Amino acid sequence: MGQLATAHQDTLIRLRTAIARIERAGEVRVPEAVAFGVGAIDGVLPQGGLLPGALHEVMGQETAGALFAAGILARRAGPVLWVVERGDVFGPGLAGAGLHPDRVIYAEAGKQVLLVMEEGLRHRGLAGVVGEIGGRLTLTASRRLQLAAESTGALAIALRRPRKPVPPEPNAAVTQWRVSVLPSGPPVPDAPEVPGVGRGRWRLELVRSRGGRMGEWVVEACDAAGHISLVSPLADRPAATLPGLATGGSLRHRAA
Amino acid sequence: MAGVDPQAQALGLLPGMALAHAQALVPGLVIAEADPVAEAETLVRMAEWCRGVTPLVATDGADGLWLDVTGCAHLFGGEAGLMEHLVGRLVGDGLHLRACLADTPGAAHAVARFGESAPVVSLTPALSRRERGIIEAGAHIAALAPLPVRALRLPGDTVATLRRLGFERIGDLARVPRASLARRLGTQLGLRLDQAEGRVPEPIVPLPATEMMQHRVTFVEPLLTPEGLALAIEHLVTPLCARMEQTGLGARRLDLLFERVDGAVQAIRIGTARPSRATKHLTRLLTERLEEVDPGLGVEAMRLVAPLVEPLRWTQVDESTADMSELVDRLSNRLGAEHVYRLEPVESDVPERAVRRVPALSPRTGRTWPRPGPTRLLTPPRPVEALALLPDQPPVAFTLAGRRHRIRRADGPERVHGEWWRRDAETDAVRDYFHVEDDEGRRFWLFRQGDGVNPETGNLSWYLHGLF
Repeated sequence: MGQLATAHQDTLIRLRTAIARIERAGEVRVPEAVAFGVGAIDGVLPQGGLLPGALHEVMGQETAGALFAAGILARRAGPVLWVVERGDVFGPGLAGAGLHPDRVIYAEAGKQVLLVMEEGLRHRGLAGVVGEIGGRLTLTASRRLQLAAESTGALAIALRRPRKPVPPEPNAAVTQWRVSVLPSGPPVPDAPEVPGVGRGRWRLELVRSRGGRMGEWVVEACDAAGHISLVSPLADRPAATLPGLATGGSLRHRAA
Repeated sequence: MAGVDPQAQALGLLPGMALAHAQALVPGLVIAEADPVAEAETLVRMAEWCRGVTPLVATDGADGLWLDVTGCAHLFGGEAGLMEHLVGRLVGDGLHLRACLADTPGAAHAVARFGESAPVVSLTPALSRRERGIIEAGAHIAALAPLPVRALRLPGDTVATLRRLGFERIGDLARVPRASLARRLGTQLGLRLDQAEGRVPEPIVPLPATEMMQHRVTFVEPLLTPEGLALAIEHLVTPLCARMEQTGLGARRLDLLFERVDGAVQAIRIGTARPSRATKHLTRLLTERLEEVDPGLGVEAMRLVAPLVEPLRWTQVDESTADMSELVDRLSNRLGAEHVYRLEPVESDVPERAVRRVPALSPRTGRTWPRPGPTRLLTPPRPVEALALLPDQPPVAFTLAGRRHRIRRADGPERVHGEWWRRDAETDAVRDYFHVEDDEGRRFWLFRQGDGVNPETGNLSWYLHGLF
């Protein structure tokens, strides 16, 4: 992207933030967006990053989604509430994505994940709430979460972990992400013959983004500070070439 | 003789024996004069202490206590934790006692006095629930069957008649029609049997609370609706909080007792992680538990008791954790305290032991794990079929749930030795861990039992232990 385009984008981000401030009349201060630190991704997002005080949906393979969520919250300060149905989260894994164990309160909520998420989101002082949702996330339920997040500015992540395939249904999430794993590169990039397991690699798809474009990137998985990085600059295709853009906020399906 | 201690019991002495007989059996027997008044006082003191477990404590005869622990176990990490706390503390004070947790007061009475297993107190959490004196829900009828008929709290002559008729055990009574028993022995037998088995409710009459901060309101019209009860909660919490404010205290526990028109008393109990006198917070915690209360024909009085209060200190060390206490209280109240936690690193090479659950508000340690690990841990590890060269090559492929994963990248082996100081079986045990990635990019954590050379270190079977 050229110098001019970047400046143009900065102006856009400023304007969008101003509009968001006007739209949320009650809120005096719009919390700063959580940037990925990857220009290609942040540029696509309307506020230059993930908006706190909003619900974001993450669909991911067993672990990739959880690590992606942990990485996002690792880049925000403050305690995190991680709501699960039953406890199979292993602390060292999330710590590896930058989420220090002192910051995470786990709640084993069984069937009450959505309720507990909402309770957490209404509590002031949390950086974010992650809920591992095994069943459906209805429009009503997601709206409740979105409203609860708006009331405190906490970043809400609905981590979908369907036990069985659930039919896609519209929900109020501001962004929707799909994280899938890809074969990783060699642990030492300059010496492909060295055996071992290095940083993981993901295909990151921004499937839906309210007021923004969609995108698809190939990234290196979260490092110890929760940062992802682009693998190939070519992966940042212009959004116009992506199918489904015209449908705006509605859900786009892809064959898996 | 009124009572004997375990040593005397081991020598063959029994309560009810003539003193002369006992002295003949055991020369040099140490005798203390029975003091029923002092014993009754001790029992009441014990009851007072038990109020730390539940607000509903009643005496059961001259030598027993009944505790209605409905809805209290979650504050102790479950029923087993409650029994450990209860029995452990009383035994620690030098008392000999037997305890039983069952569905009905009658069954608990019978099993505690006549059941086989006395509760075992130990610091190891490996005790079974049965060993802790817990009769599982619904299992009390089976537990009653082998007990002698006198366990049913019957008058002496009824017991004698039953034995004359050949009824030794409670289970024997089930085989004859109830009506014929009632004709010969009166209705008491049937009532006690129904009470013990739970067909007829037997509310215990709790001892009144003394010296505790409390507030009671009575209603002209019995309350029935949740809205009415919720409003009453507010009217109870506000004056109690005002009194706590005057004394500089905050509640760690609150009991709300509902006195129903039919004489039954129901209770809900809430706990807080830090002492609190925030009216709104406490009201909300209590109101959320209202659905557990059955008002029956109406509630004519409510009593709010603070059995555990602590000085409220305003010096909070860590602002962000202090902020979390109300949320943690609400979640603990809803999910049970054992389901709200943080994970803390523990120094152990055995992966599943490297993580410990600690209360959500425990002080932050600043420590984390030395290395990242898998994101999900499978408990127990799942056996898989794997193909690998011995002794230390990573697997080439493995099969999980009928699906074959070809391995493209691997790290390992990382050898983990058994912690012999924990269990004998681990003395020689070895696990070799491999961090692998399949050709689609999925990452797994596999281990092999044994070092691949010495058979006593393990049988070379493969397991999936985690997902990265």
